[in-house]
Amino acid sequence: MRSLMQQPFRTAVLVLVWGWLLFLVLAPNLLVVGASVATRDPVSFISLPLNLDAYRQLFDPLYLEVFLHSLYMAAMTTLVCLLIGYPFAWALSRVPGRRQLLLIFLLIVPFWTNSLVRTYALKLLLATNGLLNSALLGLGWIDEPLKMLYTEGAVVIGLVYLLLPFMILPLYSVFDDLRQELLLASHDLGAGRVATFFHVIVPLTLPGVLAGVMLVLLPAMGLFFVPDILGGSRNLLVGNVIKNQFLDARNWPFGAAASIVLTITMAFLMFAHKLSKQRIGEDGV
Amino acid sequence: MKKTLLSLRNLTKQFDGKTVLDSLDLDIADGEFITLLGPSGCGKTTLLRLMAGFEHPDAGSISLAGEELIDVAPENRPLNTVFQHYALFPHMSVFDNVAYGLKMEKRPKDEIRQRVEEALAMVQLQDYVARKPHQLSGGQQQRVAIARAVVKRPKMLLLDEPLSALDFKLRRTMQVELKRLQRELGITFVFVTHDQEEALSMSDRVVVFKDGVVQQLGTPREVYERPANLFTARFVGETNFFPGRVEAADAGDSITVDVLGLKRTFRRPDFAVVDGQSLHVLLRPEDIRVLAPDDTEGLPGRVVERNYKGSTLDSVIHLEDGTEVLASEFFDEDDPTFDYRLGEPVRVSWVDGWEWLLPEESAAAEAEAVTDA
Repeated sequence: MRSLMQQPFRTAVLVLVWGWLLFLVLAPNLLVVGASVATRDPVSFISLPLNLDAYRQLFDPLYLEVFLHSLYMAAMTTLVCLLIGYPFAWALSRVPGRRQLLLIFLLIVPFWTNSLVRTYALKLLLATNGLLNSALLGLGWIDEPLKMLYTEGAVVIGLVYLLLPFMILPLYSVFDDLRQELLLASHDLGAGRVATFFHVIVPLTLPGVLAGVMLVLLPAMGLFFVPDILGGSRNLLVGNVIKNQFLDARNWPFGAAASIVLTITMAFLMFAHKLSKQRIGEDGV
Repeated sequence: MKKTLLSLRNLTKQFDGKTVLDSLDLDIADGEFITLLGPSGCGKTTLLRLMAGFEHPDAGSISLAGEELIDVAPENRPLNTVFQHYALFPHMSVFDNVAYGLKMEKRPKDEIRQRVEEALAMVQLQDYVARKPHQLSGGQQQRVAIARAVVKRPKMLLLDEPLSALDFKLRRTMQVELKRLQRELGITFVFVTHDQEEALSMSDRVVVFKDGVVQQLGTPREVYERPANLFTARFVGETNFFPGRVEAADAGDSITVDVLGLKRTFRRPDFAVVDGQSLHVLLRPEDIRVLAPDDTEGLPGRVVERNYKGSTLDSVIHLEDGTEVLASEFFDEDDPTFDYRLGEPVRVSWVDGWEWLLPEESAAAEAEAVTDA
């Protein structure tokens, strides 16, 4: 106790960090866990006794379908982000000095506008009489407007648009660390471009890929306002289910159970990420 | 002289309009240990990268045993490189790093295992096959890099300042190791360094570079004892430059030169001399003799610095006319007076015949030689 008094700064920092973790991370999560095993109550939202009904309900074919469809759209989003983000980050890391900073800056600029507003902007582009259809009609490339809004594709486009920077930034970071000397060494030892890509570049950028997947896949299951604006009634995300359970259906245990499933998925991804970093000799986080 | 393995002709390379290599010609013999020596930015690493195929020259040719290499991709050249920072693949074990080149050649598994084990035994790392590079010390990583490069039995090994990241003692050990490996393997080594001591102690021949131009090509002894110009003289080892004036240039094999007021007779140099011409008289610190003040020979001066180096005593002496002289003498156990106090008066001389003469260069070249070295 005396040592704590003697080091007021150290003590203050520790109290702040632990206080933050206890009250703002641990406690809310415990509440969610608690809610997930409680019984639904129309008055006080949750009540005793404790049971696993909410988790059982997750396997209800109706919700299972929503869950799988949401996972499918999130996976598509992640895949598209990866296919665009990987070469993008690679090219970005090879751009000389100042221009590189400018490009990263441009990548971050959209964050200055609220994502809800940007999603509405996307709606204006994709609508039946929106900008994209008008342009294509004007150019004579199509004869009648394409149905783009309120489709699965629109949701994926919206999610890719919002989440792409979260894929690019961690990938950029691993490409930036990738030493050119290693690629030269690979060529020097007789590997062509393709062999070098699969034997050296892919394994060394894998931690970035997994970090990007972590940052895209989970939010892509949760960003409920994207399907609300772009997806119509059939393209729901797990996020919509959770939101509906809490706000509309007033079924807190079920909403909590659904969100815990997301948290567990996240934990698995983080574990994989840690393993991939250990493999190349970096300390996992 | 053995037969030529690699032959460079008129090799030129520019980066952003700056000439890094200027019409370079060089023949490298089969089995020799040749060192490219020069200050940073002199073009030695660029030359190595051109040989490896990482850069494409603007003009000229590189031929290996008569075969043109310019348009051959690095992966298809029978040369291997040891990189400055080792460039080991961090996600692969020591075994997989060394096996990489053989796997690319699609060798049978048994052969790969046998050759990798041989290569690792050669660098005394056979017990480390399963380690990852980050679990090894710098010296061990260096050995893996060497094993990885020689396992493919290249015609030539290119080494880009491979020892620069190691500490002094380890460096010494690795220098001896590399020499031994080169003798045992009989592979041609092209070694890049900016460390003149390393260059002198390891090489069969040294190429001294400056600004993309070869200043001198010769054995370590030729480069040290008979430098071709002021730059080489200054870059390789320490040197005293004394201004000289030719007094008599007509006396057959020898000439008389006035050095700091002393009349000395020198062997005629291989450049033309005329009466009254100014030239440089070069003397290495170990050629200098420091004598007692009551001696009749040499020039009077005072000791202004003394550095005890263990095996030698290095001193700086100011002559009366202000000239600074570096001297390096081996300890003589039998001489009780062998040591100086600062400020002590002494006389400075040198052994006749150990000096080396160089003509004066343009003022700009002389100034540059000083700043570069």
